[in-house]
Amino acid sequence: MTTQHTAAQQSTGAEPATSAQAAAESGLQEAAAQAIASSQPAASGPAASGAASPRTGIQQLPMSKAINLGLHRAMADDDRVLMMGEDIGTLGGVFRVTEGLKRDFGGKRVLDTPLAESGIVGTAIGLAMRGYRPVCEIQFDGFVFPGFDQITSQLAKLTYRHGGAQSFPIVIRIPYGGHIGAVEHHQESPEAYFAHTAGLRVVSPATPNEAYWMIQDAIASDDPVVFMEPKSRYWQKAPVDFDERSAPMHRSQVVREGADATLVGHGAMVSMMLQAAEIAEQEGTSLEVVDLRSLSPIDYAPLLESVRKTGRLIVCQEAPGNVSVGSEVAATIAEQAFYSLEAPVLRVSGFDTPFPPAKLESLYLPDADRILEAVDRALAY
Amino acid sequence: MPYTEATIRLLSPEGKPVETADNERFRQVIDTLSEERLQDFHRHMVAIRAFDVEAANLQRQGQMALWVPSMGQEAAQVGSAFAARPQDHIFPSYREHVVARIRGVDIMRIIEMMRGLSHGGWDPADHGNFHLYTLVIGSQALHATGYAMGIGLDGACGTGDPERDVAVLVYFGDGATSQGDVSEALVFAASYQTPQVFFVQNNQWAISVPVSTQSRVPLYRRGDGFGIPGTQVDGNDVLAAYAVSLLALDEARNGDGPRLIEAVTYRVGAHTTSDDPTKYRTADEHNTWLARDPIQRYEAFLRDRGASDAYFEEVRSEAADLAADTRRRTLALGTPKLDAIFDHVYSEPHSGLEAQRAWLKQYEAQMEAGA
Repeated sequence: MTTQHTAAQQSTGAEPATSAQAAAESGLQEAAAQAIASSQPAASGPAASGAASPRTGIQQLPMSKAINLGLHRAMADDDRVLMMGEDIGTLGGVFRVTEGLKRDFGGKRVLDTPLAESGIVGTAIGLAMRGYRPVCEIQFDGFVFPGFDQITSQLAKLTYRHGGAQSFPIVIRIPYGGHIGAVEHHQESPEAYFAHTAGLRVVSPATPNEAYWMIQDAIASDDPVVFMEPKSRYWQKAPVDFDERSAPMHRSQVVREGADATLVGHGAMVSMMLQAAEIAEQEGTSLEVVDLRSLSPIDYAPLLESVRKTGRLIVCQEAPGNVSVGSEVAATIAEQAFYSLEAPVLRVSGFDTPFPPAKLESLYLPDADRILEAVDRALAY
Repeated sequence: MPYTEATIRLLSPEGKPVETADNERFRQVIDTLSEERLQDFHRHMVAIRAFDVEAANLQRQGQMALWVPSMGQEAAQVGSAFAARPQDHIFPSYREHVVARIRGVDIMRIIEMMRGLSHGGWDPADHGNFHLYTLVIGSQALHATGYAMGIGLDGACGTGDPERDVAVLVYFGDGATSQGDVSEALVFAASYQTPQVFFVQNNQWAISVPVSTQSRVPLYRRGDGFGIPGTQVDGNDVLAAYAVSLLALDEARNGDGPRLIEAVTYRVGAHTTSDDPTKYRTADEHNTWLARDPIQRYEAFLRDRGASDAYFEEVRSEAADLAADTRRRTLALGTPKLDAIFDHVYSEPHSGLEAQRAWLKQYEAQMEAGA
């Protein structure tokens, strides 16, 4: 079993559970609205660090700031690392994730591009051919599709097409997922498209600490990495350990130990699963929680070990369930842990609809109660 | 009529020099060329046509899944290819066989792709900076623009040293001008004032759809709205194609920003061997363009300059050798190894793929053992 329990994960487990969820959500919506609409920085963390002062120790930071510092460090470490995207320079990005980078590294390394996602990804490919390591920000999940062809038909296949003669160290950062009360195309979870595409790596951090380290792993990778940022988790502070690396980005991890059933998911769903586990514990049910972290490849070993122990698995995700990452996980566990299973693998997903108008998102998105309903069904076998 | 008053032409369809005030600066470029270089243009045009005809024959005989003929477009391609300097980077579409050859790519690599043995697989750095073919229409325009942005960021253009400054030459066709990626490439190129030349081979047909459906104005004006100067050249005139490309590349290399060239030419053959152009083109149109053939035109020009029958015979013989060699080498091609399915999908190990590779090897071994 993986035992990479960092301070951040312990803190995630200790986050206030649940009953205040509605209040927290409305708080998130305010923060999101502020981030989208205001010209003032929304992140409430300390001002962006100077290039010359790498941080040490453990600090309480929101994920948006943790990614910002991870990007900053990657740019400081390697001058071939470039930022590209819409509004990422002077403004610092609509979520302020790139705030201060243009100030610290200049307009030649932080490119406010024309408003064209295919153009961003396609020119990043050319820049990678020239030896750069571009990090592209897609402003919102639903805006990745104008760049989809360049990501899936070009970026994903170019190393193969070159017979390995060239590599394409490009990171596509995508803020994704719901819970922020936003308009259409701003709350989607498109990760399955990318996990389905050979040649891409796909990861999604669940905590600020993971985000800080995983973004640096992604940038250091010589392969294209789709870096899915759970935007509903941008603003909650948690400890970031600047001295001790988190597990490598393709490792999955048990983030809460339990005995009766296993919950698995990624991104924002991890904190939801932990909330569900807290509630279950009060009701006498012990749930183990696995954070996938990586969606391509998937590190099945910790998950298989967990399922062999608990005998029950509930796969949780915001994305629609049909042909999803959760479907793949369910199928693989059924194939590889069949004799350990005491119940069918169950899925808790978004519905197979377009993401609904935001006033319905709390019905659409799986919450702790939906997860626990599935746990009850699994335990009933 | 595909030509306009703005078309730059240095040779008439009969191969006679054309001298106008508008083409003077281009004529000066040609005046600097050696006789040997003038003959190189010819040798490559004749050779690639023989190769192209033989490759199409090989496809018809079942030796390739597909062939993409370049017949009729030799002058546009040879002229522009010779205009590029060794340090320049070339981003082709998928019909620029002679450009590949001029840049030092073994054209068997193209046969291998069409035979199903590879998706390309050469390293541009070792092959004259000639990048891979791109089959999705227009996608490479953005790669070229990104590469050119990198040149700009590196300060590798506009230093005033033409031996060191780098430019990018990207090829696409009239059909590709309708693709969003080409428009986005023009936007990015203009925004970042990239050192690059967009070379549009207007061969009149995007498979069965004529250029008139792609654009209401001549394509050389497509750059206007983006702030990119455009020039229209007679693409069946190798001298004009060379001179126009050379000056545009010089300007790009010099840091003057991107340029667009429309080379007016004609796809004499089918779009690919899967196509039947008699369903959408008239014999009259075809014959009109045959009369503008780029090789006949250039041969008339060379004859007037004194090229001998022996010279023409030598060029024809070289071309026939290339065709025969292509046939021999095509028939000798093997099949790729099983590992080629999995190799280089990623640069670094990927656990899921390695499991599948191991499974397939075991499965194949079992099948062999059982057989």
